[in-house]
Amino acid sequence: MFDTSELVINMGPQHPSTHGVLRVILRLDGEKVVDAEVVIGYLHRGIEKLSENRNWTQIVLLTDRMDYVAAATSNVGYCETVEKLLNVEVPRRAQYVRTILMELQRIASHCLWVGTHAMDIGAMTVFLYAFRERELILDLFEEFCGARLTYNSMRIGGLPQDIPPGWDKKVLAFCDIMDGKIDEYETLLTHNRIWLERTKGIGVISGPEAIGLGLCGPALRGSGVARDVRKDEPYSAYAEMDFDVPVGVKGDTYDRYLVRMEEFRQSLRIIRQATQGIPEGPIVGKVPRLIKPAAGETYHAIESPKGELGYFIVSDGKSTNPYRFRVRPPSFCNLQGLPRLVRGHLVADVVALIGSIDIVLGEVDR
Amino acid sequence: MIDQFLIPLIKILIVLNATLVGVSYMTLLERKVIAWVQSRLGPMRVGPQGVLQPIADAVKLMLKEDITPTKADRWVFTAAPVISMVPALIVYAVIPFGPTVHLFGRDVSLYITDVNVGLLYIVSVASVGVYGIILAGYASNSKFPLLASLRASAQLISYEIAVTMTLVSVILVAGSLSMVSIVNAQYNSRVWFGFVQPVAFVIFFIGSLAETNRAPFDLPEAEQELTGGFHTEYSGMRFALFFLAEYANMIVVSSVATTLFFGGWLRPFPNVSALHFLGVVPSWMWFLIKSFVFLYIFIWVRATLPRYRYDQLMRLGWKVLIPLAIANLVVTGIVKVMLF
Amino acid sequence: MLQAIAFYTIAAFILGFAVLVVTTKDTVHSVLFLVLDFLFVAALYVMLNAQFLAVIQILVYAGGIVVLYLFVVMLVNLKRPPEAHSDPHRMTKFGFGLAAAVLIELGAILVSGYMKAPAVAATATEASMPVSGNTEQVGWLLYTSYLIPFEIASMLLLVAMIGAIVLAKREL
Repeated sequence: MFDTSELVINMGPQHPSTHGVLRVILRLDGEKVVDAEVVIGYLHRGIEKLSENRNWTQIVLLTDRMDYVAAATSNVGYCETVEKLLNVEVPRRAQYVRTILMELQRIASHCLWVGTHAMDIGAMTVFLYAFRERELILDLFEEFCGARLTYNSMRIGGLPQDIPPGWDKKVLAFCDIMDGKIDEYETLLTHNRIWLERTKGIGVISGPEAIGLGLCGPALRGSGVARDVRKDEPYSAYAEMDFDVPVGVKGDTYDRYLVRMEEFRQSLRIIRQATQGIPEGPIVGKVPRLIKPAAGETYHAIESPKGELGYFIVSDGKSTNPYRFRVRPPSFCNLQGLPRLVRGHLVADVVALIGSIDIVLGEVDR
Repeated sequence: MIDQFLIPLIKILIVLNATLVGVSYMTLLERKVIAWVQSRLGPMRVGPQGVLQPIADAVKLMLKEDITPTKADRWVFTAAPVISMVPALIVYAVIPFGPTVHLFGRDVSLYITDVNVGLLYIVSVASVGVYGIILAGYASNSKFPLLASLRASAQLISYEIAVTMTLVSVILVAGSLSMVSIVNAQYNSRVWFGFVQPVAFVIFFIGSLAETNRAPFDLPEAEQELTGGFHTEYSGMRFALFFLAEYANMIVVSSVATTLFFGGWLRPFPNVSALHFLGVVPSWMWFLIKSFVFLYIFIWVRATLPRYRYDQLMRLGWKVLIPLAIANLVVTGIVKVMLF
Repeated sequence: MLQAIAFYTIAAFILGFAVLVVTTKDTVHSVLFLVLDFLFVAALYVMLNAQFLAVIQILVYAGGIVVLYLFVVMLVNLKRPPEAHSDPHRMTKFGFGLAAAVLIELGAILVSGYMKAPAVAATATEASMPVSGNTEQVGWLLYTSYLIPFEIASMLLLVAMIGAIVLAKREL
């Protein structure tokens, strides 16, 4: 009876809740999203191409700039790929420290996620609480490698330096603090009526469909698929760790939230085991002075806080830099799911869903 | 001559200035309280403990470039902040800060005027305040503000119904529309109406959160979704007017809540002579203390709760609050007819 | 004297804004002038010592109905050009017809009012009301002498409300 026209609004690239420079073109019917188009590339720095013109050791610091809120994970992922290409054995001590660093990084990244996600839905206090704890992790990183955001914290074959004396005690102390803080976040959110109304039933996606869209990490596990690279293809010291992979049931925003909240606890569990069990020994394996892998290619994936972070590297065996360097960034793959997730929901849910898939634009655009 | 013109004029000046100062210090209070909730310090640089921050803010806002978008509706764009500020201020005309007191040799009432339709006056003036928001969104000629202003108008109209319904049940109990008589009725009935009408109070409180666009109902200015809502295109002093109007409205709502439900200027248990020592604190102080508690709760709620979504907000308003308010009104009416 | 000046000033404003309402091109502006018009009518009521009516005028018309007008005007795209019609002045004739009807009606009321003015005034003031005060008297009159018109009006509003819901909700 009434003719209505669609409203096209342009969300971003400068928008407070697109987590960086994401641009989403929304076609609205009233406030309901009819269709969404994701435009990326505002943060493209050509990291893949740059890497093909750097030697193997120089690339580590480029990987920092991809997922800049979880730089240590990207570092480890790259180093392990090259180690696979070189067939270098990494000492167990280095493996354990890497595991600790990656899990600390996962907590830091999830802190950022829970803060911004809650902020998007309007609960601003969680944001500052989460940043308070993230600060503690950054302090630990600062003590380990001197940097707080872009760490350059790995070397091919092992660690750049041993852990400072007493560092492991501080990590354990942090774990004890963090235990209580996770409960604090949950008190503010998990059973909050408004939070439940805002997240339950929003962006529901079934397991098979999530796999079809290429979702990974918590976004996939929220839909009930127990895919975790740490469990399925263990790397570093994860084979020796005892931890669970939390999965959701319904695949909505709330389940993805619960999965990540549980991952906080599992990460703490891993950190405790790894810190208490750091073996003695060297920190760097036998790496040739000039890294020049034999011709060949390899793909290696790790579980970054956002999902499956894979590196595909081709070496031509002649030069001292990779012939082809390709990253499978989890944020990019998860972002593909966004138009599917937001369709039929309201504008307010769009920001909730962007937060729910937890993207970092540095990694999407590279 | 003095009684007719000079004293009201002085009272108006005092109330207006006190309100404006109060409003600007509300912004500081809000920042401080939220900072404490969030384990921060809040503004600390301007003056000791940041007490001069509002002045610095005002200077900053006044010096800022005042931008009017090229495609904006120029006149309406300029008028909108004023339209939202003026109702927020003229409401204070009927708010009783205290009873009539003996001051400088003459009887002075601590309110500007006491019209016999005081409460209705507040409601109607508040309803005009909606125009500021709607027109701001329309005149900006931009999509986000337009969406926000549509949300705002829908929200304000819906919650106004629920709030007005609760006011009617209070009027039934008090038997008057005049703010002063309502307070006196609470004195005579020996109980604050907040205890006689608890349902009405809860609805009024939720509704007034929504009417003043405060969290968790701050959808019209949902920063995360609509990049600031209806005042996205505003800058400088015109933006500040919206900002001040919001805080002025908060104070109005707190004052109305105090007057209607918590005895206005009356001290706790005004009829119990054993508590006579409480009378040391002047009546207007009691009024301010009570209002302050409400303001504090407003800020506290904002720091704690996530935001409702638009459709959930409308559902809450139309399917819960309005029916509840009507039921409360009917029950109040029946009880009143049966018992009195 | 003072009252007369105030009355004529307010009346002039009312008429002026009324003219602006119908002559302004921009629909939103014209709705805004309508609001101002209502505010001045409310001022007129205050002058007549009918504060209750004045406040209700602002609450219902300025604060309620016109907000919804504005809502509609903003949502409906009025910027498209008017369609061409064979007789562009067809509305003008209709308008003049309506205006004439209203004028005649007003004249009739005026004339009949003059004829039995004392009688009306007498019934209004001498109606024995057990209540004092503006608001109370309005309430008393509405629920005693004018109960049936009042109830009919409320029925009418109920019908309008149901009609609106039926129109808006396409499938029930």
